[in-house]
Amino acid sequence: MTSMRIFKFILSIWIMVIGVSLPGQLSAAESSLLPTIAKGKGDKCVLPTEYMRRNHMDLLDHQRDETVLDGVRTKQFSLKGCVSCHAVKGTDGKAVTVKDPKHFCASCHNYAAVHIDCFDCHASRPGEKDQFGGLKSKPAGHDVAALKSYLHSGSQTGVLTGQQTSLRGRNK
Amino acid sequence: MARTTYKVLKGRGFTFWSIMTLHALVILIGLGATYYMEHNGHIVTGMNNRIVWGMPHVFAIFLIIAASGALNVASISSVFNKLAYKSFARLSGLLALALLVGGLAVLVLDLGRPDRLIVAMTKYNFKSIFAWNIYLYIGFMVIVAGYLFVQMSRGTEHLTKPMGIVAFAWRLILTTGTGSIFGFLVARDFYDTAIMAPLFIATSFLFGLAFTILVLSFTCFTIRNQLMTREVMQKFRDLLIIFIVVVLYFTAVHHLNNIYITQHHGVEKFLLLDSPVYSTLFWGGQIILGSILPLLILTNKSLGSNRSAMTLASIMILIGGLAQIYVIVIGGQAYPLEIFPGWDEISSSYGDGQIANYMPSLPEILLGVTGISLAMFITGFVLTILPFLPEPISDE
Amino acid sequence: MSDFIKGSGDGCGKEGGCGCSSGSAVNSHTDHRETDMPQTRRGFMKAATALAMITIAPGITLFATGGPAKARPLDEAASPKIRWGMLIDASKCDDGCTKCVSACSKENGWKDNGRPDTDAQWIRAVTLKNRKTGATATLPLMCQHCEEPPCVDVCPTGASFKRADGIVLVNKHTCIGCRYCMMACPYGARSFIHEPLEDQKDHAPRGKGTVESCTLCVHRIDEGRLPACVETCNAEAGGALMFGDLNDPNSEISKRIATYASIELRSGLQLNTGVRYQNI
Repeated sequence: MTSMRIFKFILSIWIMVIGVSLPGQLSAAESSLLPTIAKGKGDKCVLPTEYMRRNHMDLLDHQRDETVLDGVRTKQFSLKGCVSCHAVKGTDGKAVTVKDPKHFCASCHNYAAVHIDCFDCHASRPGEKDQFGGLKSKPAGHDVAALKSYLHSGSQTGVLTGQQTSLRGRNK
Repeated sequence: MARTTYKVLKGRGFTFWSIMTLHALVILIGLGATYYMEHNGHIVTGMNNRIVWGMPHVFAIFLIIAASGALNVASISSVFNKLAYKSFARLSGLLALALLVGGLAVLVLDLGRPDRLIVAMTKYNFKSIFAWNIYLYIGFMVIVAGYLFVQMSRGTEHLTKPMGIVAFAWRLILTTGTGSIFGFLVARDFYDTAIMAPLFIATSFLFGLAFTILVLSFTCFTIRNQLMTREVMQKFRDLLIIFIVVVLYFTAVHHLNNIYITQHHGVEKFLLLDSPVYSTLFWGGQIILGSILPLLILTNKSLGSNRSAMTLASIMILIGGLAQIYVIVIGGQAYPLEIFPGWDEISSSYGDGQIANYMPSLPEILLGVTGISLAMFITGFVLTILPFLPEPISDE
Repeated sequence: MSDFIKGSGDGCGKEGGCGCSSGSAVNSHTDHRETDMPQTRRGFMKAATALAMITIAPGITLFATGGPAKARPLDEAASPKIRWGMLIDASKCDDGCTKCVSACSKENGWKDNGRPDTDAQWIRAVTLKNRKTGATATLPLMCQHCEEPPCVDVCPTGASFKRADGIVLVNKHTCIGCRYCMMACPYGARSFIHEPLEDQKDHAPRGKGTVESCTLCVHRIDEGRLPACVETCNAEAGGALMFGDLNDPNSEISKRIATYASIELRSGLQLNTGVRYQNI
């Protein structure tokens, strides 16, 4: 009986030692048990990290209703902003999509096994600057610039000429 | 007066278990088909941007209409005090619940985003008859469950009649709502009409009774001769005849009305004459197979109250009923929208001005059939655990 | 100003003379054309034309495009005082032209996959012919942004909604994909997304299992730009599309509607559409 008790005592000590040291082992950055989360652009997020970790979904839920229903497009909590700052470069030099485990959101969500619904519809990496292939439209003032380039170049094409043509009717 | 006692389904032989296993298999296959559709998107189905509701919706609406009608037998006994039907009241309630669950399951599983069912249950647009229908369906399930409960528990039999009245009124509102899903659509020539609601109510009586007869015939092999007496069969026969005629009446009024209105000539000519699919389904399916042949059987003096003949008539009625719902749901969508009246030749990449084509795919059909199997499985299963089958009333 | 005069004084410098349109800028050596006309007069003509064009160019832009939308501050909600609308002159829409369709698809990320039955189509070109009179017409058809939209009425979750400034949209966060709005739309304007999508435009999120339709390029309007179809039609095609604020009596579109007859499609339904058509 005594040896059994001694054995149990030693075993419990072992378990205690491992139990106490385990968190220390796990918190090492190279441990494969915890997710590796890439650093975003800049020195900090729009709100403190701890707050974001807990509450980012509330912020996104609130922002999406404001944007879609009311047309409020403030940048602080916009999903486009999050995706842009937190983009992670892949091996081909382009940002990775959410399918890649290195993706910022995927790295934590895969670990927590919480399915992300957002990227069924939203792009999970930043888009190209000019999405409107062909015509580069800018707010008012672009017609003056086009006029200037017309006069410099003697070219017959250009935004302004197109507008003039439509005034005269179809010249087909 | 003999007091009816109820019992659990006991004669569970090889036939019963093989039917239940078959239904269970169909349900599993259907769930697999659903996963396939949900994972790959509706591109794997025959539904498209012109025909947005397909086979799953045909089956779902068929089952939901039948569900509200299946409560009819119970209502006749509880609300209208016809004692001859009283013994079937519990089975009728169970069948109503099971058919509704089957229909709703098909409807929900076909959603583009079935994972958002919670959204559908919590966000309501009360101007939408669809949103109202969600409330009506859930309320129906609660009320019928309550109706069954007051019949089963001791000391609450006096509540049977009030619960029966509530259930009856509720199901009329529910079926009116289901018909109005189509009746409220101004966009399409075949739908925009108030007659959709009473048409669906009449159809529900017919489908419900046909399903009840089928379930009685197939479930209770050992006692069915005692259960389905000649007297009961004659009553059911009379009811079936009346219901077939009433459905024919509302169908006729719907079409005649459209034929009178020049604006609707196009869709009527398409559905009744020109279309190889819909015209065949209407005349061959709904009218001949679903109405005339059963009428011939049921009005025949010698065949009329024969249980096998009635079972056959019920099957024909239900197949004709499926054809009827198919013509309404899909035929109504196939005909192009009249956006440019006065212009004859209309074409676009969307298929404006052209009849839309629809070929049901296997996953869709499987999902639809799964609804029926689910309803029958639930019915069979609950019959084995709850006392819903009447003990044959002995003559005293 | 002197830039223009200097620039206009020189030719392109290419050999072979006047027909050049190469667009190269200021050159130092003179062109043979210079000897035909005194440099100062030619320069003056060009400068005067330039000055005149600069003066009236904004006016031309306004007239042709119906006036650009004003950019709204980011934190400001859409205003119910505005009602965005479109006026389509079918007589300016060319047979076989689908530039508005291409512009919309490029802008919003939907594609023609060769399967027109299931491919999303936010806008489509419709050709019409009247057999009795022989008349023909073509016009683009998109969501009509009704004031009383049937799609909004029937949506069970309220995902289909009308924004304060009149644009009818689908809130894809709430859409369950039941397709009832597609049944209800009198114009067949809505599309259901039948397959998984990748690399959506970040200003136009769209995904499998939800319903979508023309958004009047709401992301552009909020920035003060024009919808893609309107911009392209004005720049590259017949200039059939005009966009503007229907509630503003001084906007170009309101003035045009007040002056020339226009209709709503399926006007008997009394939906008071935001998109109106002329000359069909």
